Amino acid sequence: MLRLDQVVTYYGPIMALDGVSLEVRAGEIVCLLGGNASGKSTTMKTILGIVRPRTGTVEFEGERLDGMATGEIVRRGISLVPEARRIFGRMTVWENLVMGSYVRRNDPKDEIDRDMKRVFALFPRLRERQMQYGGTMSGGEQQMLAIGRALMARPRLLLMDEPSMGLSPAFVDQVFDIIQEINRQGTTILVVEQNATVALSIAHRGYVLQNGRIVITHDAAALLKADEVRRAYLGEE
Amino acid sequence: MGDLIAILPQQLVFGLALGTIYGLIALGYTMVYGVLFMINFAHGEIFMIGAYIGWAVLSALLNLSVGMNPIWVLPVMLLPAMVLCGGLGMGLERFAYRPLYARGATRLGPLISAVGASIFLQNAVMLTQGARMKVYMTNLLFPRNWRFEILGVNISVLLIVMVVISALLMWALVVLVQRTTLGRAIRAVSEDREMAAVMGINVGRVVGMTFFLGSALGGAAGVLIGLYYTQIDFVMGYSAGLKAFTAAVLGGIGNIRGAMLGGLLLGVIESLAVTFINPAFKDVVAFAVLILVLIFRPEGILGETLADRKKV
Repeated sequence: MLRLDQVVTYYGPIMALDGVSLEVRAGEIVCLLGGNASGKSTTMKTILGIVRPRTGTVEFEGERLDGMATGEIVRRGISLVPEARRIFGRMTVWENLVMGSYVRRNDPKDEIDRDMKRVFALFPRLRERQMQYGGTMSGGEQQMLAIGRALMARPRLLLMDEPSMGLSPAFVDQVFDIIQEINRQGTTILVVEQNATVALSIAHRGYVLQNGRIVITHDAAALLKADEVRRAYLGEE
Repeated sequence: MGDLIAILPQQLVFGLALGTIYGLIALGYTMVYGVLFMINFAHGEIFMIGAYIGWAVLSALLNLSVGMNPIWVLPVMLLPAMVLCGGLGMGLERFAYRPLYARGATRLGPLISAVGASIFLQNAVMLTQGARMKVYMTNLLFPRNWRFEILGVNISVLLIVMVVISALLMWALVVLVQRTTLGRAIRAVSEDREMAAVMGINVGRVVGMTFFLGSALGGAAGVLIGLYYTQIDFVMGYSAGLKAFTAAVLGGIGNIRGAMLGGLLLGVIESLAVTFINPAFKDVVAFAVLILVLIFRPEGILGETLADRKKV
């Protein structure tokens, strides 16, 4: 479904991705692990066209994405739940969700209403807070909103950048349950995480990124057991 | 002192009326700042060109002696002024500012380009229209005796029409920004440009539309001021622009309600200065207030709504 081939991305003179190749197949949850500054977020930004790769290709369902404007890429069915949530704090919860459906603004209204109901079914809390400003909600609620907003575009591929960041452990479990639920409903997911244990517990496959290179790729179960991963990302000697 | 108190209500009415116009122009500054973090210093010239377009339409109607119901004359002046000024604002953004900021120039680049555009537009109007002032035939539309008195305050019909039209335009803008898809897109871009793009918004087009809306309001303000003062010239945009910019900063730049409030406040402050100090000190007082606001409340009265976001 999504294929990156030898992607090299620079920020000015600094090389952030050094020939990254990875693949996400339809229906999968794929997890991208890595420490700080390993290139995880840059990979996301490159897929979405926020930064452009210098060389290499990004393909989605057989179509080249590299060089395309972000809006065009999103319209092809890729949504992002960004790092640190980045909801629109000066808009209400309802408006944030409507913004999420911006690419479908010409769709019939009842279809958008139906998706809104689906989001409210996943996150009943958002229904209660519809008219509240996004910026006044707690971190966990904002994370729900960020996920709900991304789902409103009805993506076929959902990119999630550190969904566990800054959340309490109990809430992290809840978020990952919901990620699994979204996947069961038919959305393919590429999730970037530092919290390797939780991420690998729900993923089918994983990649480990180090200094802008993929160093390991394997089934999630195997990665959980791999010595290098345990040492580097699970903090075990 | 008693005399001064006696003329105060009259001066306040003038001040409020002028204040709505300041507010109308200030909206253009504040909206552009909201999405681009730049002050469009050519906005005063857009206002001036609006006044010229209104004048040209009115003169053409008179010359052709079209038998038009006077009620329709004002809309027929406003519409082309707003559409053409809106298009001009969009053009400025596209050709004078975007090439700079799209290439990652500092924020100073577009700003300097705006000052250049301002000088260019002034001179373009001077060279094509002549340096002499143009006269609006206002009294054919709103005869001088169309005025009445309430509680000792003399109010002309023109003044009321001016305030009503300004208020309607502001109301329309607020509805557009709060309730429509375009409005939500404008707010999204001004809050977080990158996330707006991730929502699928064509950021460049939304910035262009923002320029269109702000400039259209500036053009309408030009027509209204032309009717009110009856004399226009190619430098009128300079002081009006500066005043409206002051109003935008006063209310809190980037904040739409702030621009309206700042405009009204500035109009009232000026009328107080005219009444109690000296008409010659009008501008001194207005800019002194600006300096005081910048010292004690730099974010403006209603605050820069987006002060907490990261700067682009």
